Amino acid sequence: MSRLDISGLTVAYGRTEAVRGLDLSVAQGQVVCLIGANGAGKTTTLRALSGLVRPRAGRVLLDGADITGLRPHRIAARGLLHVPEGRQIFAELTVEENLAVGAWLVRDAAEIARRRDSVLTRFPRLRERLHQHAGSMSGGEQQMLALGRALMGGPSLLLLDEPSMGLAPLFVEEIFAIIAALKAEGTTILLVEQNASAALDVADYAYVLETGRVVLQGPAAEVANDPAVVAAYLGV
Amino acid sequence: MFAQQIVNGVLLGATYALFALGFTLMFGVLRVVNLVYGFYFSAGAFMALGLTRGFGLPIWLALPLAAVGSGLVAVVIDALLLTRLRRVNAPELASLMVTLGAVLALYSAMTVALGPDIRRFPPQVLSGQAVELAGIRITDAQILILAVTAVLVGGLVALMRLSRLGLAIRAMAERPDAAGLMGIDTGRAAALVSFLSGSLAGAGGVLIGLNFNAIQPYMGEAMMLRGFVVIIVGGMGDIGGAVIAGLLLGVVEVLTAGYVASDLKEAVAFAILVIVLWTRPQGLFGRAQVRRA
Ligand SMILES: Nc1ncnc2c1ncn2[C@@H]1O[C@H](COP(=O)(O)OP(=O)(O)OP(=O)(O)O)[C@@H](O)[C@H]1O
Ligand SMILES: [Mg+2]
Repeated sequence: MSRLDISGLTVAYGRTEAVRGLDLSVAQGQVVCLIGANGAGKTTTLRALSGLVRPRAGRVLLDGADITGLRPHRIAARGLLHVPEGRQIFAELTVEENLAVGAWLVRDAAEIARRRDSVLTRFPRLRERLHQHAGSMSGGEQQMLALGRALMGGPSLLLLDEPSMGLAPLFVEEIFAIIAALKAEGTTILLVEQNASAALDVADYAYVLETGRVVLQGPAAEVANDPAVVAAYLGV
Repeated sequence: MFAQQIVNGVLLGATYALFALGFTLMFGVLRVVNLVYGFYFSAGAFMALGLTRGFGLPIWLALPLAAVGSGLVAVVIDALLLTRLRRVNAPELASLMVTLGAVLALYSAMTVALGPDIRRFPPQVLSGQAVELAGIRITDAQILILAVTAVLVGGLVALMRLSRLGLAIRAMAERPDAAGLMGIDTGRAAALVSFLSGSLAGAGGVLIGLNFNAIQPYMGEAMMLRGFVVIIVGGMGDIGGAVIAGLLLGVVEVLTAGYVASDLKEAVAFAILVIVLWTRPQGLFGRAQVRRA
């Protein structure tokens, strides 16, 4: 339930610029999706927003406050929570412990219990596996845990990096249903996806990234009908 | 006689275990082989010596102060030498070389400042009193070693397994980036881990100093070799494994010194190391994980 405004964001690894002068906004309560080919700079953009890499230039405003270059835990404390590419769950910890780490910033025990309950209601599979080591779960279950872990932190803005990556079709459907449900509850989401058609379905607005630059943007329905997008990302 | 040797070996091994625990914690969580670690051991012993000799403090007060002092030294050294290397994701060899150079410089400086001679605790620290139980003599120093080791090992396990902070440390050990995304201040957590491991080393230094009543700048160096034996035999980053391997090493050394030759005890320790590395590179006790605590 926050607003994000990015202007002139440039991120580089050494001499190669992975993101070049990106302007992007996510209005409160919107789902905005970012699509693009492999290596376009989608993950790098999210990593810069959550503080995992320091941008070389540009500004990131969360609800008008400058968060550019803050360390990750400071940005998380402002409610911007990032579900990273490849899930990055704590495999050696149990499912329950993963959720507890997700609630690290929450002080109130009653609030933690309430959120845990709502996460376990949303993801009944996790309830069955509470005491299991997270690394022993299937990829789809791990993705649900990664989402649930972020929800424990009570996100005001959620960054999702390819939540459907590598999942069986049934799980992909479930993940997009959950994103739609979160949207209906008013969560603001910036969604990075390879599965462009599903992402454009759920999104309000879309950006297309090519080699670190925005080449096309607009309401999701328009972008989905753009001939170049259809050819490059929605083609059969 | 044999029972006495076993008891002496277990008590010596308890200090090895304590020392190795700090090492394994540092390695398992911060993922860095910090060769300065042995210096914290020497630093702890000298701080306790200074506090007992210079200020007349009793050992039960000097020991925790020396442990805290070595922990702070560890935080400062880690911040000066390794924070930067971690940030740029430097290869392991870089931290190895940097800390090797640093520890040699620190030992030399310490020798210049404090002298190379063996120093002893003042007589009132160790009464030399002993209790006899079924023909086994246990000195007051040995009782102190046992009590301190039990409290510190128990405390560390409780911290790692039962507390919120321990959970955050285990999460960070596995995935520092993801831990940061959950709101954990990984810089502060790393400093805390440095402090804990430096304190364990410092406490170990005081205890070994008491056990042999001999303190000398390079004592940490000989200990570092044993630290490697213990964490390799016990499995890198494994708390339970380090305790068992430390106790075993102490017993083996005492038995070798008692029944074979005193000068051979280190040779035996390293023979064990080589054999373990050859046959079970993952350590004797299974998998390598501090996060399993
Ligand atoms: N840690 C890194 N060091 C150096 N270069 C990197 C690093 N991470 C990414 N890059 C480069 O930056 C560019 C953008 O990568 P990024 O991971 O952001 O792309 P992406 O759009 O997320 O791709 P994918 O769809 O494959 O996940 C690529 O050229 C990549 O090779
Ligand atoms: Mg990516």
